[in-house]
Amino acid sequence: MKYFPLIWATLWRKKTRTVFTLVSIVIAFLLFGLLETIDYAFAHPSGGVSGANMLITINKYSITLSLPFADAGEIRSVPGVSEVTWITWFGGYYQEAKNFVFVLPIDTDTYFSLHRGDLMVSDAAMQAFRATRTGALVNVALMKKFGWKVGDKVPLHSTIWTQKNGSLDWTFDIVGDYDVKDPSQASQQASTFLFHYELFDEGRSFGKGNVGWFEERVEDPAESATVSARIDALFANSSDETKTQPAKDFALAFIKQLGDIGFVLRAILGAVFFTLLFLTGNTMMQSVRERIPELAVLKTLGFSGGTLLALVIAESLLLCVTGALAGLGLSWLAIPIAKRALQGVDLSAAALPAGVAVAVLLALVVGLPPALAAMRLNIVEALGGKR
Amino acid sequence: MSDAIVSLVGVSKRYTRGKQHVDVLQNLSLDIPRGEFVALMGPSGSGKTTLLNLIGGLDTPTSGAITVAGQRLDALGGSALAHWRAHHVGFVFQFYNLMPMLTAQRNVELPLLLTKLGAAQRRANALAALTLVGIADRAKHKPNELSGGQAQRVAIARALVADPTILVCDEPTGDLDRKSADEVLELLQTLNREHGKSIVMVTHDPKAAEFASRQLHMDKGALAEVR
Repeated sequence: MKYFPLIWATLWRKKTRTVFTLVSIVIAFLLFGLLETIDYAFAHPSGGVSGANMLITINKYSITLSLPFADAGEIRSVPGVSEVTWITWFGGYYQEAKNFVFVLPIDTDTYFSLHRGDLMVSDAAMQAFRATRTGALVNVALMKKFGWKVGDKVPLHSTIWTQKNGSLDWTFDIVGDYDVKDPSQASQQASTFLFHYELFDEGRSFGKGNVGWFEERVEDPAESATVSARIDALFANSSDETKTQPAKDFALAFIKQLGDIGFVLRAILGAVFFTLLFLTGNTMMQSVRERIPELAVLKTLGFSGGTLLALVIAESLLLCVTGALAGLGLSWLAIPIAKRALQGVDLSAAALPAGVAVAVLLALVVGLPPALAAMRLNIVEALGGKR
Repeated sequence: MSDAIVSLVGVSKRYTRGKQHVDVLQNLSLDIPRGEFVALMGPSGSGKTTLLNLIGGLDTPTSGAITVAGQRLDALGGSALAHWRAHHVGFVFQFYNLMPMLTAQRNVELPLLLTKLGAAQRRANALAALTLVGIADRAKHKPNELSGGQAQRVAIARALVADPTILVCDEPTGDLDRKSADEVLELLQTLNREHGKSIVMVTHDPKAAEFASRQLHMDKGALAEVR
């Protein structure tokens, strides 16, 4: 600690340069904190199946592959499963591709029974929905977004499902709206558009009798891991093997379909830190080069080569770790914002401590070359003509 | 001989630059008694600074024996020399060589970082050294806020603060006006006469040399004249 005032004063010898370097490190570690946290969320979805009361069963090999509708009956018979419903990805938009609509063909009774704790639908709307074959129940936020009203006839375009007449456009009658009970789920449900599974299955020109995935409610959340294993065991070695996971991990699995998220995130971080390595390394080298006479004076006063090496490394550590802590602190503050943006992805600060280790490594890599130069400094040559 | 603070026997120093060899000091022998204020004079390239470097433990001879404050320096390695310098030598340079980002007091405290003294004691000793050289009122000023004479006083305080056995000064007045130079030289003379500090000073200035108790003249790597 007795060397701290010397190290601190040396670090701020060129204030502007230090500030700019520090800002670069803060930004790099802000990115690191956010991207690593997101990567961690994808790599560690929910800490396991245990404790989940809602499960989702998809095709073992890809979410894009369907499962036979007949599996519903078998899943329902699995001990521990209290309810089952089924859904298929419609891939819809309104008028233009940018107007994405999360269109879901649902089985009315089982879907609303399963989600009775999540959704709020008026009796009148539910009655109208049951009575109208082409009826649709739309999330209030989506109604507001497109200015739709009950009674409107809405054409939606599917990117997958052609009707028997060859058209990709499906027309629905809005018979009511619904909302979510938990405000924190509002953004996740904001684009949802529900219509009858019967209409969908009868209307599509292919894939009849198949569903995208099953949703199950388990009787005892403590048994969810066992229930999940039982469901998958039921279809093991069949032509449609399954993978059952907690519902909240489903969103992650869905996003993962876009590509190797971890690789993309690591590639971005790699580029950021490669640049940072050169920037900070150059700053440290320049800083030590400018101070050669001062370092020579310290050696003259009796500071050993080892002490000078430690002082330069300590300076590098102070710069990198201070910047890293500030950046990681900011990313910790930004986690709630990222959580809202990544609907359904459960983020935690568990990945942030790794940032401190990276900062220490960075400090050693950029600090070691100038530190060795300081250690090996020849006093007589360094003092040279300036004594 | 036992009372000599500096003893050189047959010391030579050769620098090698590529294929060229330059003999800067040749078979030089010299004794400086404890408590003496010696001025080393001579033309540029005569070997004054090289001799000072050897006495101060900044460099080692090519051959010969150097004993300073009872320690054979030619037998010491880099770390041991650094340790020896910290305890036995105070350096004063022509251009002061203070740390620009530290206050005068922090500059003076630097050699004390190598001791086991606590922060309060280091601060007290630094202030005592600054008081001794008559510049305690500038303790909180940075080097760029001091005049040349003041900066050199701070440098002398830094050289003194660890109570070294010998002071080694390389052109300490070379960057000062006459008045400031005389003040600094009077200070060195006081340190020698009243505090018993042994001083070896390199200078080009005959007036500065007059403040010393003995003058040594060098030429072409050898002692040419002793007064």
